[in-house]
Amino acid sequence: MPFGIIKNARKVFPQNQLSKGAKQDLIALDDASFEFEEGEIVSLLGPSGCGKTTLLRIIAGLLSRTSGEVTIGGKSIDGPYEDYGFIFQSPGLMPWRSVIDNVLFPMDVLKSNDANAKTRAMDLLQLVGLNGFEKARPHQLSGGMQQRVSLCRALIHKPKLLLMDEPFGALDELTRMEMNDLLLRIRRETHASVLFVTHSISEAIYLADKVLVFSSRPARIALNLPIDLGNERSQSTRFTNAFMQAERRASEALGIIKPEVAVSQGSQA
Amino acid sequence: MNRSSFERIFYPFLGLFLVLSFWQLVCIAWKMPSAVLPTPIDVAMAIQKHWVTLLVEGWITLKATLYGFALALILGIPLAVGVALFPRINLMFYPILIALQSVPKVALAPILLVWLGIGIESKLAIAWLVAFFPIIVDTSAGLQSTPRELLELARSLRSSRWQTFTMVQFPAALPFIVTGAKVAVTLAVIGAVIGEFVGASEGLGFLLLSATSQINTALAFASLFALSIMGMLAYLLVVFVEKLLAPWLPPEIPHH
Repeated sequence: MPFGIIKNARKVFPQNQLSKGAKQDLIALDDASFEFEEGEIVSLLGPSGCGKTTLLRIIAGLLSRTSGEVTIGGKSIDGPYEDYGFIFQSPGLMPWRSVIDNVLFPMDVLKSNDANAKTRAMDLLQLVGLNGFEKARPHQLSGGMQQRVSLCRALIHKPKLLLMDEPFGALDELTRMEMNDLLLRIRRETHASVLFVTHSISEAIYLADKVLVFSSRPARIALNLPIDLGNERSQSTRFTNAFMQAERRASEALGIIKPEVAVSQGSQA
Repeated sequence: MNRSSFERIFYPFLGLFLVLSFWQLVCIAWKMPSAVLPTPIDVAMAIQKHWVTLLVEGWITLKATLYGFALALILGIPLAVGVALFPRINLMFYPILIALQSVPKVALAPILLVWLGIGIESKLAIAWLVAFFPIIVDTSAGLQSTPRELLELARSLRSSRWQTFTMVQFPAALPFIVTGAKVAVTLAVIGAVIGEFVGASEGLGFLLLSATSQINTALAFASLFALSIMGMLAYLLVVFVEKLLAPWLPPEIPHH
């Protein structure tokens, strides 16, 4: 049985809950179904307003669904649960806590901030290359470093699932590539599953075992694209044929380019 | 010592010297009687002559200020917490608070005098009244502007309401509370002085009033000087407590 099963998930915001002037109910997510295995990375790719973040928040139990089924690790989800770490677009660190205390925040809430947790926090900071910064304050770190701290915070309670909502969207291209490699390394070390929301086509493909391409109206999964690039990826993987084929298929599903057949016929004529 | 830190000390003093010289020149050129506008030197001499009185009366005003300010904190912060976190309390009391805020508090001074007499109580009450509103408004604003992702993070960890308040919302609101407190302490000084104007037998406000009624303008200016020093001390006290409570607040002006 797959680790995560999402079946016909649907979210409708009724007209009376929306801002004034809304003429009809808003279908934020229409009939989304997919499955993922333990240790798999799934990218949720699409334009803004296509329901990918809505789906992520439903899987986190932060948002109720109108209908459908969500099962994670064999349990049906109806609210927040301890087995995931959530990573937001902004690092969301607490300026009143030092780096290590930020990492340990979940352990404070879960009332298990003991010596083991501290050792684990140090190990995680080491893993993301922030050893030596544990006493620093968040405002002393760059954006990329803050997002690394946020990664450690999401991993501290050993979750089986990482839910990431455009986590690297605010970073510059080079830092983003570094963070992508870091995430792949984290997956290798922790065997956590990752659901990764992004609107970068190449990021989605580079990270994922499977890319879900969303369309915005209606807000639904337009394509479930398996990515066959193997487990050993590096930045040069971006220039392989398989990678570019995947980029083309994702772009077609997004409606950015016309289907390949038509294009190749056109070039022969 | 680098050039910029030398300049940061030198130029303020040069500015002060120029302003005082201009004041002195105006007094000499127009032959100002000391009862209308004393020269800076007259004021300095009055300060030197009356410094014990200024210190004693200043202490009395400072006490009324700080008591009123402390009371504003003690009552204002819990009320702000209630208003910010409990929608029903908000609906019940926030409109009243906003309406009361537009009442000119200083105009209540004569009424408070009737109720509380000319002792420290009426001064304290006025100081409290003017300091109360900035604290409650800024604290509730701070509690209502917790970054959304921090609240969601707490919720994703199934944190209790109390945990969310103590570990997230309150510390996140601290910078707002400190800002409110800085405004409040400055207003509390004004409140205490108004209280002394309206009816008191001691304090710097009373000294200032009696000096002007005796046409001892130099002493009135000296009282004014003492009041400013006192106001600054009260403000610095808040800044000191801020550094103690929230050393994590980033420096106010980042230098790049």
